[in-house]
Amino acid sequence: MESLLTVLHTLSDVVAPSSHEIEMRRVLRPLLAEHVDELRVDALGNLIALKRGTGAVPLRVMVAAHMDEVGLMVMDHTGEGHLRVKTFGSIDERLLPGLQVLVGPEQLPGVMGVQAVHRTKADSFERVTPLDSLVVDIGAASKDEAARLAPVGTVIGFATRFHEVGTLVAGKALDDRAGCTTLVSLLQGERFPFDLYGVFTVQEEVGLRGAQVAAYALEPDVALALEGTIADDLPKDEDSSPTTTLGQGPAITVMDRAVIADPRLVQLLVQTAQAEGIPYQFKQPGIGSTDAGTIHRARGGVPSVTVAVPCRYIHSPVSLLDPRDLEWTVHLLQAALRRLTPELLQVV
Amino acid sequence: METVPLLKQLSEATGPSGREEPVRALIQSLWQPLVDELRTDALGNLIALRRGDGSEPRPAVLLAAHMDEVGLLVTGIERGFLQVAAIGGADRRVLPGLEVIVHGRRDLPGVVGSRPPHVLREADRKQVLPWEKLFVDVGLPHEELCQLVQVGDIVSLCRPLVELKGGLVAGKALDDRASVAALTLMLETLQRRPHAWDCYAVATVQEEVGLKGAITAAYGVAPQLAVALDVTFARQADDSGLGTFELGKGPALGVGPNFHPAVVKRLRQSAETQEIPLLTDPAPGASGTDAWGIQVAREGIPTGLLSIPVRYMHQPVEVLAPRDVERTGRLLAAFVAGLEPEYRPRWEDEPA
Repeated sequence: MESLLTVLHTLSDVVAPSSHEIEMRRVLRPLLAEHVDELRVDALGNLIALKRGTGAVPLRVMVAAHMDEVGLMVMDHTGEGHLRVKTFGSIDERLLPGLQVLVGPEQLPGVMGVQAVHRTKADSFERVTPLDSLVVDIGAASKDEAARLAPVGTVIGFATRFHEVGTLVAGKALDDRAGCTTLVSLLQGERFPFDLYGVFTVQEEVGLRGAQVAAYALEPDVALALEGTIADDLPKDEDSSPTTTLGQGPAITVMDRAVIADPRLVQLLVQTAQAEGIPYQFKQPGIGSTDAGTIHRARGGVPSVTVAVPCRYIHSPVSLLDPRDLEWTVHLLQAALRRLTPELLQVV
Repeated sequence: METVPLLKQLSEATGPSGREEPVRALIQSLWQPLVDELRTDALGNLIALRRGDGSEPRPAVLLAAHMDEVGLLVTGIERGFLQVAAIGGADRRVLPGLEVIVHGRRDLPGVVGSRPPHVLREADRKQVLPWEKLFVDVGLPHEELCQLVQVGDIVSLCRPLVELKGGLVAGKALDDRASVAALTLMLETLQRRPHAWDCYAVATVQEEVGLKGAITAAYGVAPQLAVALDVTFARQADDSGLGTFELGKGPALGVGPNFHPAVVKRLRQSAETQEIPLLTDPAPGASGTDAWGIQVAREGIPTGLLSIPVRYMHQPVEVLAPRDVERTGRLLAAFVAGLEPEYRPRWEDEPA
């Protein structure tokens, strides 16, 4: 079994903006093949793995982690041979000028141009460059060459490579390659008493869409979404919550913008963490949304909860996480799933 | 020497103004086999001499390219994060999300933090972050961070040089390592071409903070003639105005009060004999290059300037055409080799 960081490294370096998750599926398949009983792709591109249970517990459990990440798409070409772009998912446009990117399946290096410092008017330094004034420069000398090298619709990803930073690790797309890594680890581990459907979902960043159809198809009795979530713990003027904090264990969602977590599942996670001596934290309610947001309202409803690895700077070219949080998350999930019983889900 | 690998090594080396040691060590190793003498002066300029074969006392030509780059300086440590300020002309607009190296007790990789879009208010998204809201994160707990980093430590930008289409490259410090590469190519060519004059190649320090290195190097070498090498503005999507040049069409020759007409003329002639295309870059005042400092050293030094067009100057994605670097090296070698023992730059009305 590969170490968690090895898997995270491999997955973080894959470029897979929403609806272009194919490279993620290619990388995941060999990691899962020997450990699961079925592996299939559905109509939207979700990769669905079934790990059959021992039969002791009559439950269908869905654990979801999304494969897609934020990125850019080529919309048009300029006369000089540059690429005009729009973003996949939510990206702070202020992060784009001066960025190195990888363009298309050939991973052509490109850069996001920005005015020479000397030729920038004083007030422009204080002005955010809007996305429609930014272009990607791949070195093409004409509109035709640019259109040939990177046709309209070509996908562009951050060029960041995974590496260690102090006691943390840095990489792009830790939201949600951290969740994918946790799910790979669960699927590579021992069988659970129930059937476990591990779903690597598509299009989370553009509306939780893969999870929606997967939950419909699988009709799970219970679902968990695994995430890499916001850790906004930079020093700030105002006394606002960091949402989650690095190094303080997995973050359990009670409520976000798309779901109120099932209280019985929250309870299960908390009690498991306490019993196992695993640190945990609650994600500041009301911020962000995850695959649980569509899973919980599939068909007649699915009790759902989200557990996340805290990550700094998500949706930016480089995010950071604490490897201990990743280990604790895997440990918490394994232990909590072992305690999962139909009785727990009976309405009281 | 292959140009792209040379540019890659030079662009990726660390050397913000005033802390040029790492890049100087690299240039030293590149130049050592190509020159007769190599020394470092009090400010840190690397001064290389290829002796001419003319009779003594020989005149000397100085060729200067600056090796420093823009960077950041640690100004404070707050709750496990580093506060920073600019060295040279670093642009706050490109810093969030950038990878950096903090040169503390040891080199620490880090990133410039950014708050996720989920927690930003609309007003936040319209604001370029002021210095006090920019933090460098090296992933260490506060106590450990304080052991390893102190106020005044240097932070350099971290960007690999990559090859684009059209034979272009993109890197973080092509201003002015591209010119250092051109000097290196010149020194290599001069191995095979005799020259009468002593030829001093100098990698200068602290250009980005006021041409400091060039000023002391010109004083120290006391040449009869000097040519500074720098980058100039290439045309780019959002700027094709006056004073911008197309990439790949050759270096640009400076004209204006900073430059001696005789040196300008000679450089133009050298380009013609080598069939190297040469653009003209007019500078009616300060050229903003080492040439400005060199020209007024001692009793005054006839000075010229060759510039290599670069897109996105001072940004971590500077783009240039390596063939412009090669042309610059070739032009310089021809220029140096063409200096006759008796030649001195003169004004047209000056009696010989």
